[in-house]
Amino acid sequence: MPVIVVEVMPKAELLDPQGKAVAGALHRLGRTAFGGVRVGKRFELTVEGPVTDAVLAEAREVAESLLANLVIEDVVGVRELTTAELEDRLDAEVGA
Amino acid sequence: MTRVGVVTFPGSLDDGDARRAVRLAGADPVRLWHGDADLQGVDAVVLPGGFSYGDYLRCGAIAALSPIMTEVVAAADRGTPVLGICNGFQMLTEAHLLPGGLVRNDHGAFVCRDQRLRVERTGTAWTNAFEQDEEIVVPLKNGEGGFTADADTIARLEGDGRVVFRYLDVDPNGSVNRIAGIANERGNVVGLMPHPEHAVEPGFGPDTPAAMRSGVDGLRIFRSALQALLAA
Repeated sequence: MPVIVVEVMPKAELLDPQGKAVAGALHRLGRTAFGGVRVGKRFELTVEGPVTDAVLAEAREVAESLLANLVIEDVVGVRELTTAELEDRLDAEVGA
Repeated sequence: MTRVGVVTFPGSLDDGDARRAVRLAGADPVRLWHGDADLQGVDAVVLPGGFSYGDYLRCGAIAALSPIMTEVVAAADRGTPVLGICNGFQMLTEAHLLPGGLVRNDHGAFVCRDQRLRVERTGTAWTNAFEQDEEIVVPLKNGEGGFTADADTIARLEGDGRVVFRYLDVDPNGSVNRIAGIANERGNVVGLMPHPEHAVEPGFGPDTPAAMRSGVDGLRIFRSALQALLAA
Protein backbone atom coordinates (compact mmCIF):
# COMPACT_ATOMS: atom_id res chain seq x y z
CA MET A 1 0.00 0.00 0.00
CA PRO A 2 1.23 3.52 -0.68
CA VAL A 3 2.74 5.46 2.20
CA ILE A 4 2.85 9.21 2.86
CA VAL A 5 5.71 10.43 5.02
CA VAL A 6 5.20 13.51 7.21
CA GLU A 7 8.21 15.09 8.87
CA VAL A 8 7.92 17.51 11.77
CA MET A 9 10.69 19.52 13.47
CA PRO A 10 10.71 21.78 16.53
CA LYS A 11 10.66 25.42 15.45
CA ALA A 12 14.17 26.69 14.70
CA GLU A 13 13.94 29.52 17.23
CA LEU A 14 13.01 27.15 20.07
CA LEU A 15 15.62 25.49 22.20
CA ASP A 16 15.60 21.72 21.54
CA PRO A 17 16.81 20.19 24.84
CA GLN A 18 16.58 16.68 23.39
CA GLY A 19 18.84 17.58 20.47
CA LYS A 20 21.20 19.38 22.82
CA ALA A 21 21.50 16.27 25.02
CA VAL A 22 22.25 14.07 21.98
CA ALA A 23 24.80 16.61 20.73
CA GLY A 24 26.46 16.52 24.16
CA ALA A 25 26.72 12.72 23.99
CA LEU A 26 28.23 12.87 20.47
CA HIS A 27 30.74 15.42 21.68
CA ARG A 28 31.74 13.15 24.59
CA LEU A 29 32.27 10.31 22.09
CA GLY A 30 34.70 12.51 20.20
CA ARG A 31 32.35 12.90 17.21
CA THR A 32 33.44 16.47 16.68
CA ALA A 33 32.40 16.51 13.01
CA PHE A 34 28.83 17.22 14.12
CA GLY A 35 28.34 20.61 15.70
CA GLY A 36 24.69 20.26 16.58
CA VAL A 37 21.67 17.95 16.62
CA ARG A 38 17.97 18.69 16.37
CA VAL A 39 15.46 15.91 16.98
CA GLY A 40 12.20 15.81 15.06
CA LYS A 41 9.48 13.31 14.22
CA ARG A 42 8.61 11.22 11.18
CA PHE A 43 5.09 9.87 10.65
CA GLU A 44 4.19 7.25 8.04
CA LEU A 45 0.57 7.28 6.90
CA THR A 46 -0.53 4.15 5.08
CA VAL A 47 -3.03 5.11 2.38
CA GLU A 48 -6.06 3.07 1.44
CA GLY A 49 -6.08 3.37 -2.36
CA PRO A 50 -4.04 5.58 -4.68
CA VAL A 51 -2.33 8.77 -3.49
CA THR A 52 -4.23 11.46 -5.37
CA ASP A 53 -3.70 15.23 -5.03
CA ALA A 54 -6.73 15.27 -2.75
CA VAL A 55 -5.22 12.62 -0.45
CA LEU A 56 -1.91 14.51 -0.33
CA ALA A 57 -3.79 17.70 0.49
CA GLU A 58 -5.63 15.87 3.28
CA ALA A 59 -2.30 14.57 4.62
CA ARG A 60 -0.98 18.14 4.71
CA GLU A 61 -4.10 19.25 6.55
CA VAL A 62 -3.76 16.43 9.10
CA ALA A 63 -0.05 17.23 9.46
CA GLU A 64 -0.70 20.88 10.25
CA SER A 65 -3.73 20.36 12.48
CA LEU A 66 -2.82 17.24 14.45
CA LEU A 67 0.58 15.69 13.76
CA ALA A 68 2.29 19.03 14.41
CA ASN A 69 1.42 21.90 16.72
CA LEU A 70 2.38 24.91 14.63
CA VAL A 71 2.89 27.01 17.77
CA ILE A 72 5.99 24.98 18.63
CA GLU A 73 6.71 22.88 15.51
CA ASP A 74 6.99 23.12 11.72
CA VAL A 75 5.88 20.59 9.14
CA VAL A 76 9.02 20.28 7.02
CA GLY A 77 7.88 17.61 4.57
CA VAL A 78 4.81 15.78 3.28
CA ARG A 79 5.57 13.34 0.46
CA GLU A 80 4.70 9.93 -0.90
CA LEU A 81 7.28 7.17 -0.52
CA THR A 82 8.69 6.39 -3.98
CA THR A 83 8.21 2.96 -5.57
CA ALA A 84 11.93 2.26 -5.03
CA GLU A 85 11.67 3.08 -1.32
CA LEU A 86 8.59 0.85 -0.98
CA GLU A 87 10.38 -2.01 -2.81
CA ASP A 88 13.43 -1.68 -0.50
CA ARG A 89 11.09 -1.98 2.42
CA LEU A 90 9.37 -5.10 1.01
CA ASP A 91 12.79 -6.68 0.42
CA ALA A 92 13.75 -6.02 4.02
CA GLU A 93 10.50 -7.51 5.28
CA VAL A 94 11.00 -10.82 3.41
CA GLY A 95 14.65 -10.90 4.51
CA ALA A 96 16.03 -10.61 1.00
CA MET B 1 -24.39 23.02 45.99
CA THR B 2 -22.03 24.14 43.25
CA ARG B 3 -20.94 21.17 41.17
CA VAL B 4 -17.40 21.14 39.74
CA GLY B 5 -16.50 18.45 37.20
CA VAL B 6 -13.05 16.89 37.13
CA VAL B 7 -12.29 15.03 33.90
CA THR B 8 -10.38 11.76 34.05
CA PHE B 9 -8.36 10.88 30.95
CA PRO B 10 -6.33 7.69 30.38
CA GLY B 11 -3.13 8.59 32.26
CA SER B 12 -4.56 11.29 34.52
CA LEU B 13 -2.82 11.24 37.92
CA ASP B 14 -4.14 14.17 39.91
CA ASP B 15 -7.86 13.82 39.26
CA GLY B 16 -8.35 12.40 42.76
CA ASP B 17 -6.48 15.28 44.39
CA ALA B 18 -8.40 17.77 42.24
CA ARG B 19 -11.74 16.31 43.38
CA ARG B 20 -10.54 16.49 46.98
CA ALA B 21 -9.55 20.14 46.49
CA VAL B 22 -12.99 20.89 45.08
CA ARG B 23 -14.61 19.25 48.13
CA LEU B 24 -12.37 21.13 50.60
CA ALA B 25 -13.25 24.37 48.81
CA GLY B 26 -16.90 23.70 49.55
CA ALA B 27 -18.22 22.39 46.25
CA ASP B 28 -19.47 19.03 45.09
CA PRO B 29 -16.87 17.24 42.90
CA VAL B 30 -18.28 15.35 39.91
CA ARG B 31 -16.32 12.62 38.11
CA LEU B 32 -16.32 13.16 34.35
CA TRP B 33 -14.99 10.67 31.81
CA HIS B 34 -13.00 11.67 28.73
CA GLY B 35 -14.97 9.34 26.46
CA ASP B 36 -18.36 10.83 27.32
CA ALA B 37 -19.60 13.85 25.38
CA ASP B 38 -21.46 14.93 28.54
CA LEU B 39 -20.54 17.43 31.26
CA GLN B 40 -23.47 16.29 33.44
CA GLY B 41 -24.55 19.89 33.88
CA VAL B 42 -21.57 20.90 36.06
CA ASP B 43 -21.00 24.58 36.89
CA ALA B 44 -17.22 24.49 36.33
CA VAL B 45 -14.63 22.09 34.90
CA VAL B 46 -11.12 21.11 36.02
CA LEU B 47 -8.73 19.36 33.63
CA PRO B 48 -6.27 17.66 36.00
CA GLY B 49 -2.56 16.90 35.80
CA GLY B 50 -0.92 13.67 34.77
CA PHE B 51 0.39 12.11 31.59
CA SER B 52 -2.69 11.55 29.43
CA TYR B 53 -2.00 9.01 26.69
CA GLY B 54 1.56 8.72 28.01
CA ASP B 55 2.36 12.13 26.49
CA TYR B 56 2.24 10.41 23.07
CA LEU B 57 2.42 12.75 20.06
CA ARG B 58 2.63 15.86 22.30
CA CYS B 59 1.62 16.45 25.92
CA GLY B 60 -2.17 16.84 26.02
CA ALA B 61 -2.56 16.59 22.24
CA ILE B 62 -4.60 13.40 22.04
CA ALA B 63 -6.63 14.19 25.16
CA ALA B 64 -7.54 17.54 23.56
CA LEU B 65 -9.38 15.53 20.87
CA SER B 66 -11.46 13.52 23.37
CA PRO B 67 -15.26 13.54 23.02
CA ILE B 68 -15.60 15.48 26.28
CA MET B 69 -13.30 18.25 25.06
CA THR B 70 -15.85 19.30 22.43
CA GLU B 71 -18.23 19.92 25.35
CA VAL B 72 -15.53 21.66 27.40
CA VAL B 73 -14.77 24.02 24.50
CA ALA B 74 -18.48 24.78 24.06
CA ALA B 75 -18.90 25.38 27.81
CA ALA B 76 -15.83 27.64 27.89
CA ASP B 77 -17.32 29.67 25.02
CA ARG B 78 -20.49 30.09 27.12
CA GLY B 79 -18.40 31.44 30.03
CA THR B 80 -18.22 28.34 32.22
CA PRO B 81 -15.10 28.46 34.45
CA VAL B 82 -12.48 26.00 33.16
CA LEU B 83 -9.17 25.34 34.95
CA GLY B 84 -6.31 23.38 33.38
CA ILE B 85 -3.57 22.21 35.73
CA CYS B 86 -0.23 21.04 34.26
CA ASN B 87 -1.30 18.38 31.73
CA GLY B 88 -4.68 20.14 31.74
CA PHE B 89 -2.95 23.42 30.80
CA GLN B 90 -1.22 21.57 27.96
CA MET B 91 -4.65 20.30 26.81
CA LEU B 92 -6.09 23.84 26.87
CA THR B 93 -3.32 25.07 24.55
CA GLU B 94 -3.71 22.04 22.27
CA ALA B 95 -7.48 22.68 22.16
CA HIS B 96 -6.78 26.37 21.32
CA LEU B 97 -8.70 27.59 24.35
CA LEU B 98 -5.45 29.25 25.44
CA PRO B 99 -2.61 30.56 23.22
CA GLY B 100 1.00 29.40 23.19
CA GLY B 101 2.40 25.98 23.98
CA LEU B 102 4.41 24.06 26.56
CA VAL B 103 7.78 22.59 25.60
CA ARG B 104 10.39 20.42 27.30
CA ASN B 105 12.10 22.14 30.24
CA ASP B 106 15.14 24.03 28.95
CA HIS B 107 17.50 22.24 31.38
CA GLY B 108 16.18 18.86 30.21
CA ALA B 109 15.31 17.54 33.68
CA PHE B 110 12.01 16.89 35.42
CA VAL B 111 11.42 19.54 38.09
CA CYS B 112 9.60 18.93 41.38
CA ARG B 113 9.62 21.68 43.99
CA ASP B 114 7.49 23.96 46.12
CA GLN B 115 7.30 27.00 43.86
CA ARG B 116 6.70 30.63 44.80
CA LEU B 117 4.35 32.43 42.41
CA ARG B 118 2.94 35.92 42.09
CA VAL B 119 -0.78 36.24 41.33
CA GLU B 120 -0.73 39.04 38.77
CA ARG B 121 -4.35 39.01 37.74
CA THR B 122 -7.21 38.63 40.20
CA GLY B 123 -10.00 39.35 37.73
CA THR B 124 -10.39 35.75 36.58
CA ALA B 125 -12.86 33.06 37.60
CA TRP B 126 -10.02 31.21 39.34
CA THR B 127 -8.10 34.01 41.10
CA ASN B 128 -10.70 36.44 42.48
CA ALA B 129 -10.03 35.29 46.07
CA PHE B 130 -6.43 36.59 45.96
CA GLU B 131 -4.98 40.06 46.51
CA GLN B 132 -3.37 41.69 43.48
CA ASP B 133 0.33 40.65 43.31
CA GLU B 134 -0.10 38.29 46.26
CA GLU B 135 2.73 35.78 46.58
CA ILE B 136 1.77 32.13 47.05
CA VAL B 137 3.55 28.76 47.21
CA VAL B 138 2.25 25.64 45.46
CA PRO B 139 4.01 22.49 44.26
CA LEU B 140 5.35 22.37 40.70
CA LYS B 141 6.21 19.10 38.96
CA ASN B 142 6.72 18.79 35.23
CA GLY B 143 9.07 17.74 32.47
CA GLU B 144 7.51 19.83 29.71
CA GLY B 145 6.43 23.06 31.36
CA GLY B 146 8.30 25.70 29.39
CA PHE B 147 5.67 28.18 28.25
CA THR B 148 6.36 29.58 24.82
CA ALA B 149 4.57 31.61 22.17
CA ASP B 150 5.53 33.96 19.36
CA ALA B 151 6.59 37.50 20.28
CA ASP B 152 3.24 39.05 19.25
CA THR B 153 1.27 36.63 21.43
CA ILE B 154 3.54 37.25 24.42
CA ALA B 155 3.19 41.03 23.95
CA ARG B 156 -0.60 40.66 23.75
CA LEU B 157 -0.77 38.43 26.86
CA GLU B 158 1.40 40.87 28.82
CA GLY B 159 -0.34 43.97 27.48
CA ASP B 160 -3.84 42.66 28.17
CA GLY B 161 -2.96 41.48 31.68
CA ARG B 162 -3.60 37.86 30.82
CA VAL B 163 -0.49 36.58 32.61
CA VAL B 164 -2.20 35.27 35.75
CA PHE B 165 0.70 33.58 37.56
CA ARG B 166 4.42 34.31 37.28
CA TYR B 167 7.30 32.26 38.74
CA LEU B 168 9.30 34.02 41.46
CA ASP B 169 12.92 33.35 42.51
CA VAL B 170 13.75 31.14 39.51
CA ASP B 171 12.48 30.26 36.07
CA PRO B 172 12.07 26.53 36.82
CA ASN B 173 11.46 25.32 33.25
CA GLY B 174 12.55 28.01 30.80
CA SER B 175 9.16 29.70 30.43
CA VAL B 176 9.16 32.96 28.45
CA ASN B 177 8.97 35.91 30.89
CA ARG B 178 8.68 33.36 33.74
CA ILE B 179 5.02 32.84 32.81
CA ALA B 180 3.46 30.12 34.99
CA GLY B 181 -0.20 30.56 34.04
CA ILE B 182 -2.43 32.53 31.68
CA ALA B 183 -6.11 33.27 31.07
CA ASN B 184 -8.30 33.66 28.02
CA GLU B 185 -9.67 37.12 27.15
CA ARG B 186 -12.83 36.61 29.16
CA GLY B 187 -11.00 35.30 32.22
CA ASN B 188 -13.11 32.17 32.66
CA VAL B 189 -10.44 29.82 31.26
CA VAL B 190 -7.16 29.63 33.19
CA GLY B 191 -4.23 27.27 32.71
CA LEU B 192 -1.17 26.90 34.92
CA MET B 193 1.71 24.44 35.26
CA PRO B 194 1.94 24.44 39.10
CA HIS B 195 -0.46 22.21 41.09
CA PRO B 196 -2.77 24.16 43.43
CA GLU B 197 -4.65 20.93 44.27
CA HIS B 198 -1.59 19.77 46.23
CA ALA B 199 -1.78 22.78 48.58
CA VAL B 200 -5.28 22.62 50.02
CA GLU B 201 -5.10 20.88 53.41
CA PRO B 202 -2.87 21.42 56.48
CA GLY B 203 -0.49 18.50 56.87
CA PHE B 204 -0.26 17.80 53.14
CA GLY B 205 0.84 21.09 51.56
CA PRO B 206 4.17 22.87 51.10
CA ASP B 207 6.20 23.95 54.13
CA THR B 208 5.57 27.49 55.40
CA PRO B 209 7.48 29.58 57.95
CA ALA B 210 4.66 28.75 60.41
CA ALA B 211 4.80 24.96 60.19
CA MET B 212 5.83 22.05 58.03
CA ARG B 213 3.39 21.11 55.25
CA SER B 214 0.90 23.73 56.33
CA GLY B 215 0.65 25.58 52.99
CA VAL B 216 -2.91 25.83 51.67
CA ASP B 217 -2.50 28.64 49.11
CA GLY B 218 -3.97 26.46 46.37
CA LEU B 219 -7.36 26.24 48.05
CA ARG B 220 -8.35 29.79 47.11
CA ILE B 221 -8.01 28.95 43.40
CA PHE B 222 -10.91 26.52 43.80
CA ARG B 223 -12.78 28.88 46.15
CA SER B 224 -12.45 31.62 43.52
CA ALA B 225 -14.53 29.61 41.07
CA LEU B 226 -17.28 29.23 43.67
CA GLN B 227 -17.29 32.98 44.28
CA ALA B 228 -17.31 33.66 40.53
CA LEU B 229 -20.33 31.36 40.08
CA LEU B 230 -22.20 32.94 43.00
CA ALA B 231 -21.54 36.41 41.59
CA ALA B 232 -22.67 35.42 38.08
